[in-house]
Amino acid sequence: MTGPLPRNGRRLRSLTARGGEVVDQALVLTFAAGKSFTGENVVEFQCHGGISIVDRLLRELSEMDGLRLAQAGEFTRRALGNGRLDLAEVEGLASLVEAETEGQRKQAMRLFSGELGTLVQNWRQSLLEPVALIEATMDFVDEDVPVDVVPGVRSSIIKLLAELKFHADGAHVAERMMDGFEVAIIGAPNLGKSTLLNRIAGRDAAITSHHAGTTRDVIEVRMDLNGLPVTMLDTAGLREALDDVERLGIERGKSRATSADLRVHLCEAPGDTDVSEGDDDIVLLAKDDEGSFGTKSISGVTGHGVDRLIEDIAQRLAQRAGNAGVASRERHRRALVDAMSHLNCALQRLDAHDIRLDIVAEDLRSAGRSLDVLIGRIDVEDVLGVIFERFCIGK
Amino acid sequence: MKHDRYDVIVVGGGHAGCEAAHAVSRCGGTVALVTLDATKIGVMSCNPAIGGLGKGHLVREIDALDGVMARAGDYAGIQFRLLNASKGPAVQGPRIQADRARYLSAVQKMISTAPGLEVVDAEVFGLHLEGGKIAGVTLANDVVLYASAVILTTGTFLGGTIHIGDKVISSGRYGEAASNALAAQIGEIGLPLGRLKTGTPPRLRSSTVDWSDLETQDGDADPTMLSFISSGPEARQIRCGITHTNERTHEIIHSSLHRSALHSGQITGAGPRYCPSIEDKVTRFADKPSHQVFLEPEGLDSDLVYPNGISTSLPAEVQTAYVRSIAGLEHAEIVQPGYAIEYDFVDPRSLDPSLAVREIPGLYLAGQINGTTGYEEAAAQGLVAGLNAIRRVRFQDPMHFSRTTSYIGVLLDDLISRGVSEPYRMFTSRAEYRLSIRADNADQRLTEGGRDAGCVGDERWQAYSEKRRALDITTSALNDVSITAAALNAAGLNVAKDGPKRSGLEALAIEGATVDFLEDLGRLPLTQCATAAIRHQVERDAVYAPYLERQAKEIASLRRDEQTEIPGWVDYSRITGLSNELKEKLERIRPVNLYRANSIEGMTPSAMLLILAAVRHGQERLAG
Repeated sequence: MTGPLPRNGRRLRSLTARGGEVVDQALVLTFAAGKSFTGENVVEFQCHGGISIVDRLLRELSEMDGLRLAQAGEFTRRALGNGRLDLAEVEGLASLVEAETEGQRKQAMRLFSGELGTLVQNWRQSLLEPVALIEATMDFVDEDVPVDVVPGVRSSIIKLLAELKFHADGAHVAERMMDGFEVAIIGAPNLGKSTLLNRIAGRDAAITSHHAGTTRDVIEVRMDLNGLPVTMLDTAGLREALDDVERLGIERGKSRATSADLRVHLCEAPGDTDVSEGDDDIVLLAKDDEGSFGTKSISGVTGHGVDRLIEDIAQRLAQRAGNAGVASRERHRRALVDAMSHLNCALQRLDAHDIRLDIVAEDLRSAGRSLDVLIGRIDVEDVLGVIFERFCIGK
Repeated sequence: MKHDRYDVIVVGGGHAGCEAAHAVSRCGGTVALVTLDATKIGVMSCNPAIGGLGKGHLVREIDALDGVMARAGDYAGIQFRLLNASKGPAVQGPRIQADRARYLSAVQKMISTAPGLEVVDAEVFGLHLEGGKIAGVTLANDVVLYASAVILTTGTFLGGTIHIGDKVISSGRYGEAASNALAAQIGEIGLPLGRLKTGTPPRLRSSTVDWSDLETQDGDADPTMLSFISSGPEARQIRCGITHTNERTHEIIHSSLHRSALHSGQITGAGPRYCPSIEDKVTRFADKPSHQVFLEPEGLDSDLVYPNGISTSLPAEVQTAYVRSIAGLEHAEIVQPGYAIEYDFVDPRSLDPSLAVREIPGLYLAGQINGTTGYEEAAAQGLVAGLNAIRRVRFQDPMHFSRTTSYIGVLLDDLISRGVSEPYRMFTSRAEYRLSIRADNADQRLTEGGRDAGCVGDERWQAYSEKRRALDITTSALNDVSITAAALNAAGLNVAKDGPKRSGLEALAIEGATVDFLEDLGRLPLTQCATAAIRHQVERDAVYAPYLERQAKEIASLRRDEQTEIPGWVDYSRITGLSNELKEKLERIRPVNLYRANSIEGMTPSAMLLILAAVRHGQERLAG
């Protein structure tokens, strides 16, 4: 399997084992350093897909000196190490590979294409302005710099805060886009919640029976609703529990239902719900096998209203997905929330009677460090650069 | 010359050279201070002021290690101001106007009385090397002085060129010769050289300035001294004048720009952004109709004024014209014209954190030769080089200054890991941990380490020990009391009544709370040692305590990186996964520890992991 590499980038080659046996006919591609995914010199074999061909090829290759199998994620790690990708892009790539639905793919692609990196660059830039104003008054007292910088600093901070808040809020939705929305089916026992879930899922996910209180834990079914990843939750029926195990199940069900993105309430009569409703919640009359209540009812047994419910859920979730930010991981949201809390501290200090600018500056630095977690670092040279461009320093 | 062999030889008698030689002497070593003109030791060649923001912090740190600058400055001080007095202790910096003659005499006295220190009046022609190591220096007539450590503090004298308009003079300082032979040798040795510029304003005759209508600036009513062990000003106090350039001034400068050495392309070195010439000011900030000029008297008996804010390289006659267009200076006589000076510096990235040249064992560089500007920056480096040179001679480990605990550490770290692209000046914004490394606590941070290193004398050590004891007693008294939020609220502080109980120290972090205030509340059993100064110090420490905790984690991780040394055997070319660009940088810079590796431009987190893995792997292999 040795020989000169194709100079023009690609060539069809017979791959020959050391004994002279031809293993496969394969397309051999070369990528020069700087032009490959990892940034290093890369050779790629595109062989036929049979398992035995791949196995034999790998075995032949790994017996050659200096060659070994890549570790899991090694190509990406090298791309990161060589500066071809930033951390957020690597996360985007991971999500892209894991994407099951069209919505997930789109969301991951935004991250992978570096959208978050660009945003963070802009935020750092807008943080530089108030930092430079404050540093200028502290390091260049006696010089021609503005004396009262507080109004300018305050308005810069407020503007940045609003933007960070928008993205932190959007991070929740974006994370759902990645990990799935949760939709809980809730209601009193024996209203057919499990039957409905089974009907929706098209399979027997939850054990159903006619005895009240059969579902003692939370049953989950993952599905793809018009491209959005959705986890349907079947919760234990809400009623006075007869034993500890059931009480535990009901408690767990209640809390999962409360934190779910959307709830489908099943009730025996209109207005008959127990868990407090969210604005967007769906309320339906249960067990209407004949469909005599039209669009306001449902039946897991006959399937009445099930298609409409699915469409309804998909529509409501799609509307929320429209607000998805590019910050999409808990890590991203945490960094944004940290930055916001430091900025809020700074604002509070600016309202104090005796303003301690040195501490305000520290709060702003901390906010910068929180954003840094997303990509790089704020450099003091950047700050000084802004100061020297804007103010005439040097008495 | 009494001897021809010393522990350390210091070349240059400026601020860096004096601190270096004095530090060697304090540590009990023998040292020769070789300078072109011994009468110039202690000269302030630029403005007659010491300290300020960042710079005042450095002066306090030098003082905490028992150095020269702060004490000489206090003796010479004719105006004392604490800058940023209203902005929080972390960014307050003490600054003085100095009487040049008094400063010079104070420094000369400290140098001439320092044990083991000999001043040698001579020009150094070259370094004397044996087997690639420093063995001494060569003077005129092939006289050799021997020492196993040499510190070069040659300021702007290396390849110095003065520009006044189209006049070009080879010189290190106005009226003094440059050290060209030494510059040539340093070039031959292969140290990477760069070129920088700086400038000064014309000096005016004070009696020709009309002071009557000028705004004035007084010193503080309650002066803040530079040194921890000075008790108060010794000289009569003066005020400075303030005037402004105007449109007429700017017109004159504009119409002569082509004759400015800075603007005609005659000067190629990079100048500091924060100390622009008046030519730069009127061109870069063309929309500003006026710029401030501080008129700083050069001394009590001096008839010279330093007009701070109008440094220039215009021809002498243009200087006269624009100076006389300024209010109060209509009849001012220029005693010495302003000039720009270009000089060589050595890329400080070729140094290690002890300021030793990596390639030439025994050679140390300090001050402007490393690309810095300012008396204070130079003095701080001189101190570091002096301490480390004598430690090397005695086979002791270098003294480490971390950027987490001192401005000296910030200065060294910035120079060595980043190099300079303009003359480097200290700012408080360069210090990430400035809330904890303040001018007021420099002694608490450094004096104990200095005592261990042998550079802190008995007088200071005793004063410091007493202060330390008083601080500890007062702090623990505050820590031992517990005060309810209701009591604090009732006393008028802005805290919620139902908040948690606080220790006295925690209570001090509340706005408006002072030690006196808590004592009045009847909560504090304070002893006599809690003087006003001690109380203020405890208050300052308490205000920042919550922030220090937050920073402590960050500092701990940074220290860990600083302590993870990268051994010399690490072969970057063999670490797979590192980009060629990084490999090349790492080979060139050879960072001594992980922290320095991380501050290399373009470094990535995963590259750091690869380096760490290589270090660990190699250590295991060596151990196995």
